[in-house]
Amino acid sequence: MDLFEYQAKQLFAKHGVPVSLGEVATSPEEALAIAERIGGVTVVKAQVKTGGRGKAGGVKVAKSPDEARAHAEQILGMDIKGHRVHRVLVDPGADIKDEYYVSYLLDRTNRRFLAMASYEGGMEIEQLAAERPDALARVPVDPLTGVDEQAARGIANAARFPDELVGPVADVLTKLWAVFTEADATLVEVNPLARVGDGSVVALDGKVTLDDNANFRHPENAEFVDVASTDPLEQKAKEKHLNYVKLDGEVGIIGNGAGLVMSTLDVVAYAGEKHGGVKPANFLDIGGGASAEVMANGLDIVLNDPSVRSVFVNVFGGITACDAVANGIVGALQMLGDEASKPLVVRLDGNNVVEGRRILTNAAHPLVTLVDTMDEAADRAAELAASGPK
Amino acid sequence: MAIFLDENSTIIVQGMTGSEGTKHTRRMLASGARVVGGVNARKAGTSVEIEARSLPVFSTVTEAMSETGANVTVGFVPPAFTKDSVIEAVDAGIPLAVVITEGIPVHDTAAFWSYAQGKSTRIIGPNCPGLISPGKSNAGIIPADITKAGRIGLVSKSGTLTYQMMYELRDFGFSTCVGIGGDPIIGTTHIDCLAAFQDDPETDAIVMIGEIGGDAEERAAAFVKDNMTKPVVGYVAGFTAPEGKTMGHAGAIVSGSSGTAQAKKEALEAAGVKVGKTPSETARLMRDIIGG
Repeated sequence: MDLFEYQAKQLFAKHGVPVSLGEVATSPEEALAIAERIGGVTVVKAQVKTGGRGKAGGVKVAKSPDEARAHAEQILGMDIKGHRVHRVLVDPGADIKDEYYVSYLLDRTNRRFLAMASYEGGMEIEQLAAERPDALARVPVDPLTGVDEQAARGIANAARFPDELVGPVADVLTKLWAVFTEADATLVEVNPLARVGDGSVVALDGKVTLDDNANFRHPENAEFVDVASTDPLEQKAKEKHLNYVKLDGEVGIIGNGAGLVMSTLDVVAYAGEKHGGVKPANFLDIGGGASAEVMANGLDIVLNDPSVRSVFVNVFGGITACDAVANGIVGALQMLGDEASKPLVVRLDGNNVVEGRRILTNAAHPLVTLVDTMDEAADRAAELAASGPK
Repeated sequence: MAIFLDENSTIIVQGMTGSEGTKHTRRMLASGARVVGGVNARKAGTSVEIEARSLPVFSTVTEAMSETGANVTVGFVPPAFTKDSVIEAVDAGIPLAVVITEGIPVHDTAAFWSYAQGKSTRIIGPNCPGLISPGKSNAGIIPADITKAGRIGLVSKSGTLTYQMMYELRDFGFSTCVGIGGDPIIGTTHIDCLAAFQDDPETDAIVMIGEIGGDAEERAAAFVKDNMTKPVVGYVAGFTAPEGKTMGHAGAIVSGSSGTAQAKKEALEAAGVKVGKTPSETARLMRDIIGG
């Protein structure tokens, strides 16, 4: 889960990282009031979970509270790379002398963590890494030893910070390491970390990604869930503990196991090329236990997607038995009654497949077509989506 | 031979007394695997009755090993306690630790992986189905009745795609099938398995299954090019996955231009690996190699 900038900086502040942090506004009037409280120059910043806000016109300096109000009016409601701006952060203006870069992230390839730092900030880090790789220090961090004061000074030195800045930057790095570990983050990034007029070093921006697997030990993370920006079907699926991702096609997909469902999306997309370019409408992994209830919840979500025109249920019974899945489908269609109105193509293989197919054949539900192989079933589902009512 | 797991494997189950642990211990036993006990400090001294067998529960992995001669542990310990359970297994010096548990914080996995460096335990997983050497042993949750012993090796990030591929090639059979898991950090990698299959006289050809996220498939491709003489057929899931959306597995995400299925396919093909567009086409490619 990604945090908004203001949430990231609030988290930094809790751990003693020096930040420039104002308040969040959801209306121009609120922005005006906050700018008046801060006084002087302010910066109005769109709060969206994507990069390139500045270029998109989502970050603007205001010389007066009235100007802050005008900027907020312009920025609120903007669309930045598909992200609607619902709130702006009004920060105190900073007298920036120099800009730097620091981050910690998960290094999948080397199965440890990585500290990155640069004395030359102020540009996109991908650009810096590509054009001036020497200017970006990359220091491996062992998860067991972490980053203490000495290691932090090592990172600052590796990034060639001048002597007088090594202390303050190392202090920020030590505290950011505490953020990274205590919040179970996979990314903590400050760009820019700035030296301001009084000579101090301050985080002007913040980017944090938290590990969803660690939510069980972070009840406080519940407040970070951004319901306003979550797709309503994804939200509903989450409440039912289903692993669902909304996509933009027409063939609803239900399967068991993340890899098989991903593969199903691909096979349907290939089949769709022959049927007017129809595509998968979603990713939905019902996991190991495909009870009637789980299947009903899954079908309920997929059938409630107005763009879905056909549904492909693709199950390989490993631990799950196909007869349980078949009973789940029959039971789910009964539970849903008239709500189930779109054709279902079902492919079952594996554990108890003969019994599973027999159950579906005997039920003879008018919406259900049973197909033997994954490729044929994908083709049939794509064909039904292309020819069915829109 | 097979890799990592054979007829001499003697298995204990960490978390055997939990519902998943008991269920899969029963399945492993039914498939002929030699499961000899479990570990749960709070229930030490008791036993679990499974199909007329009484499996003792030990307080530690060390005790279980010295009492039973176990050389494999399979873990069903809940995510909050998995890190400690793996570190315990590493401290006991057990040769193979298979971590089935799903949903482990990546900081915990990074910690136990780092802890295991320079020690004698191979870790498979986490968030994986384990491994099976059909006809010899079965450590984890892979169904034993899909296929039989044969001469194909299989390594996969995904559980159900492992089952699907075993099913597609069931008439040939497999030496060993390893589900390495789809988390951002895993213990045993594609490369570790490819290297072991290359050295295994009972394996003639290998299927490797990858998915979006990370660069493990690209690195495996480089390894195949430089080190493998046995034929390798590949499959990558997630060509149509959009950027920035996690597809079920914590590690399955395309970020920017990195981790795409297309890049992985191209890297594998450049290394001489034939890559199927679908699981069935991948199986056909393997049939062409070993059948004809």
